[in-house]
Amino acid sequence: MEHAVAVSPWVSLAYLVAGVCFILALRGLSSPVTSQRGNRFGMIGMAIAVVTTLVTHLPVVVPPFDAGGGRIDDRWNFWDPLVVVEILGAIGLGAAIGIVTARRIAMTAMPQLVAAFHSLVGLAAVLVAAAAFLNPLAFGIAQVIRPIYGPDLITILPVSRIEMALGVAIGAITFSGSVIAFLKLNGNMSGKPILLPGRHVINLALLASILGLIAYFVTDQSPWIFWTITVLSFVIGFLLIVPIGGADMPVVVSMLNSYSGWAAAAMGFTLHNTAMIVTGALVGSSGAILSYIMCRAMNRSFISVIAGGFGGDSSGGAAAAASDRPWKRGSAEDAAFLMSQAEQVIIVPGYGMAVAQAQHALREMGDKLKAHGVRVKYAIHPVAGRMPGHMNVLLAEANVPYDEVFELEDINSEFAQTDVAFVIGANDVTNPAAKTDKSSPIYGMPVLDVEKAKTVLFIKRSMGGVGYAGVDNELFYRDNTMMLLADAKKMVEEIVKSLD
Amino acid sequence: MDFISILSIFVLACFVGYYVVWSVTPALHTPLMAVTNAISSVIIVGALIAAAAAGLGNGGTVSKWLGLLAVVLASVNIFGGFAVTARMLAMYKKKVR
Repeated sequence: MEHAVAVSPWVSLAYLVAGVCFILALRGLSSPVTSQRGNRFGMIGMAIAVVTTLVTHLPVVVPPFDAGGGRIDDRWNFWDPLVVVEILGAIGLGAAIGIVTARRIAMTAMPQLVAAFHSLVGLAAVLVAAAAFLNPLAFGIAQVIRPIYGPDLITILPVSRIEMALGVAIGAITFSGSVIAFLKLNGNMSGKPILLPGRHVINLALLASILGLIAYFVTDQSPWIFWTITVLSFVIGFLLIVPIGGADMPVVVSMLNSYSGWAAAAMGFTLHNTAMIVTGALVGSSGAILSYIMCRAMNRSFISVIAGGFGGDSSGGAAAAASDRPWKRGSAEDAAFLMSQAEQVIIVPGYGMAVAQAQHALREMGDKLKAHGVRVKYAIHPVAGRMPGHMNVLLAEANVPYDEVFELEDINSEFAQTDVAFVIGANDVTNPAAKTDKSSPIYGMPVLDVEKAKTVLFIKRSMGGVGYAGVDNELFYRDNTMMLLADAKKMVEEIVKSLD
Repeated sequence: MDFISILSIFVLACFVGYYVVWSVTPALHTPLMAVTNAISSVIIVGALIAAAAAGLGNGGTVSKWLGLLAVVLASVNIFGGFAVTARMLAMYKKKVR
């Protein structure tokens, strides 16, 4: 655009290289072998982007001794030290907080951490959009009109107005939505969906007002429009996530991941910056694909997840009816005996394993079983846990080799030839009703065929509770199921003792 | 760059993202979220521009401070995101023997 600040081709090239590094960072994740190299590419890309921006944008001051002279020697120009200190200080402060947090965080708390990080991206996008709105000349997105009378008028380019308004709106939604997701995942707020009456109407009205205001902003750059868009977006982000229940969080976290990408892309459009646009597109599609995978794994449409309310008290009615049926209870010794005699044991972990922090004890149990000559495998349902890949990280943390861990499609056919399926902290993802009972809320959801194993060992705190979907699990009452009622970690530790 | 060039880059990058992300193994979906989080903080570029801009009038000063605050937030994310990803990836090990 002719009004944009003229940029050297080297600068554009540097941002392009940064963008390519980010693509390679994601590409590396196709296998654990290449993943660490990929992460380093990401860091290199970020360093290139930051250094390029600093080199091209730091204000240069001319030393006072040549300022008045005839010839100004460029070699004596230097960056404004105050600005350099401010910026490096800001980066240093952020780096310290970030690195300390990353080192200290427990692996079980990863979903909260990711939600918290998303909120920061969202807020940063809002701040950058606000800064661009307040000082558009610095971003090269404004025209100065010098009227014959009165002060200069600074008008922001219409395209840039749309871009910055979208950036601020998406950023604000990402921020407030992620804060709610964080509070729910961290247990500061109930994981139960909170349903406001008429919430769909309110949300649609808010969305329509935001879009209307963005359109109006093109014709009128008054501050009130910009700030109203910002505030309404904060509100809608909050309202969108509040009605969504705990176990739908994998979708929410992925969706917010996607939004944080789109926010970065919108700001990239504003700044005409290739690195930001490429990254925004990558992150945006990444989050969207993860949301899609999670929805498919629950056999629910994205709209129904976003509409929220799943797993509330309203859908728990069917649960109580079946609870008088007979079931078998086993002890740690029984479980240890059954598994030590088995040829193959498949362990099915779920969110309950994360809550009980049972992954280390579980790995110990696996080692003991292997010492008995038992083949041990792990089966992971895509929505097990509170974020995509949650169980894999926890098992990796406990030193379970990743080639013993299998995805649903890869292992489901093996249950029929397996002696023991050991379910720990999972529930709905093992419910055979999803395959047979058309009236069940989880009907059609792909589940792990654990009931096909010769024996199912099912760890559960008590017989009272139901899974997230609020449905009773058919599995509990089957002849080949033995219920192990205890805290997951304690039970596994007892089994480990009995295996000696 | 005109709007259409920028849009072209964006659309093509979406396709690249689509294919690259589908090739990510599901076992690494959590590190994927952590690293995408870190790289989406490339928004720091905008924050740096705002923070480095000379204070032009009253809007400029506010803009500068908003920029600096955004630099802090984005840095938390960049350093925290890459560090936590590195920590997670280091845990994925193959079977010994």
